[in-house]
Amino acid sequence: MLEIDNLSHVYGGGTPNEHHAIDGLNLSVAEGELLCIVGPSGCGKSTLLRSIAGLIQPTGGQVKVEGEVVRQTPDNLAVVFQDYSRSLFPWMSVADNVALPLRRKNMDKKQRREAAAEALESVGLENAGRKYPFQLSGGMQQRVAIARALAYRPTLMLMDEPFGSVDAQTREDLEDLVLQVRGHHQMTIVLITHDIDESVYVGDRVVVLSKAPANVVGDLKVDLPAPRDQITTREHSDFVHLRAEVGRLVRGHATV
Amino acid sequence: MRTTVFRALVLVVLLLLWEIATRLAGNTFFPPPSVIVTRMHAMWFSGPPGTFFLTDLAIGNILPSLGRMALGFAGGALAGVLLGLAVGLSARAYDYLDGVLQFLRAIPPPALVTVFLVVFGFGLRMQLAFIVFSIVWPVLLNTADGARSVEPLHLETCQAFRLSRAERLLRVVLPSALPKMFAGLRLALSLSLIVMVFSELLPGTTNGIGFQLTDAYATFDLPAMWAGIVLLGVLGYLLNEVFLIVERRVLGWHHAAQRLVD
Repeated sequence: MLEIDNLSHVYGGGTPNEHHAIDGLNLSVAEGELLCIVGPSGCGKSTLLRSIAGLIQPTGGQVKVEGEVVRQTPDNLAVVFQDYSRSLFPWMSVADNVALPLRRKNMDKKQRREAAAEALESVGLENAGRKYPFQLSGGMQQRVAIARALAYRPTLMLMDEPFGSVDAQTREDLEDLVLQVRGHHQMTIVLITHDIDESVYVGDRVVVLSKAPANVVGDLKVDLPAPRDQITTREHSDFVHLRAEVGRLVRGHATV
Repeated sequence: MRTTVFRALVLVVLLLLWEIATRLAGNTFFPPPSVIVTRMHAMWFSGPPGTFFLTDLAIGNILPSLGRMALGFAGGALAGVLLGLAVGLSARAYDYLDGVLQFLRAIPPPALVTVFLVVFGFGLRMQLAFIVFSIVWPVLLNTADGARSVEPLHLETCQAFRLSRAERLLRVVLPSALPKMFAGLRLALSLSLIVMVFSELLPGTTNGIGFQLTDAYATFDLPAMWAGIVLLGVLGYLLNEVFLIVERRVLGWHHAAQRLVD
């Protein structure tokens, strides 16, 4: 599904401010996987995501999505950004925001409207279509951004710290929402986070990145019983063990 | 509600003071407001119901003035918006042209009147060109500024969802530029009233509010002159109010979002 081969990215190459964000990173993600990428703040996670999404051209190596080298954003890829308030368009109703990317798919107005309504329903916002983003709470706005990505019916969904700016309760709800939509839609999800518990709770697999320049320092399979539950999963001994493991890797004290 | 009452009260008090002061002074150059209003009514608003009570003088002068202003404003606004978007979309174009545009904007339009007379001669074409030229700069510069300050994440979102250039321009860049564009348009509206009157003060004009003003001055008909001045003030006020209503409709999302941020 996704192959990252010897990926490197340098900002401001050749200048005194040269910054190596990623250095020779290799990673592959299988179809249908829900991969969480976790790493310390400023480790180049966002650079990695932007390279996968084709929003920046990496200075070295390559990214392949479904066998194709990424040069611009691949078809069937959708992105959910952290900053929902600046990613949604404030001058459009919620439904129009969700329907906007569908214009390039051969759908007429009615089909687009239906697809948007369906996507909004799947994130629990069936009555918010006529509202404007600023009339919704932060968590609801991020649901709209997720609905926009879902309506697009991507095969690969990238999420860049999607729950970084919402409160703890909303965050748990949104984590469960991701698990739930993932069950309904056949797609691969790559979720970037700096929250160790979140990565273990949501992911099938957790990849830990080092400090910049980013590289893979840990790759763990998460084998927790389904369905996951905010209370029981988090008290499961495997969860406790895994989160400690990931925590050590993130802090650079790996025991394995 | 209280504010509205007080606003009306201030207006009434000022009018009364004006009335008393001019009556006490008894100077023919400064007729009392009651005389001015009576004159306005007799001159313009005492016509038959069929013409909405407008007299022939009103139809022959106020309407042409408003027509000139509307045409000039529409032309200048359209040109300003289109050129502003074009300039704003290219960072290089903006950098290269910014100085020139600021220079052109800084020239007081009346200073260019002779140039316009040379190019267009006396008459409607010159008046329109003059209004258009005067108002195009604030609209252009504000629109360009607005088009440049699109939220970077919005642009990235366009890229991530592969919106076409046309979609990006129409559905993202244009709405992003609207708040600043409207600030420019509002400036242009008040400016267009000013230059409209100014263009009518020039020789070669045969009608218009400005023409009536000079005519009244030339014949020492001071109440008529004051009537023109008051009419222009009222027109400017009403146009601004209408503009605000339109702005509130178009930019409702912006104001509501702003309020939340504050």
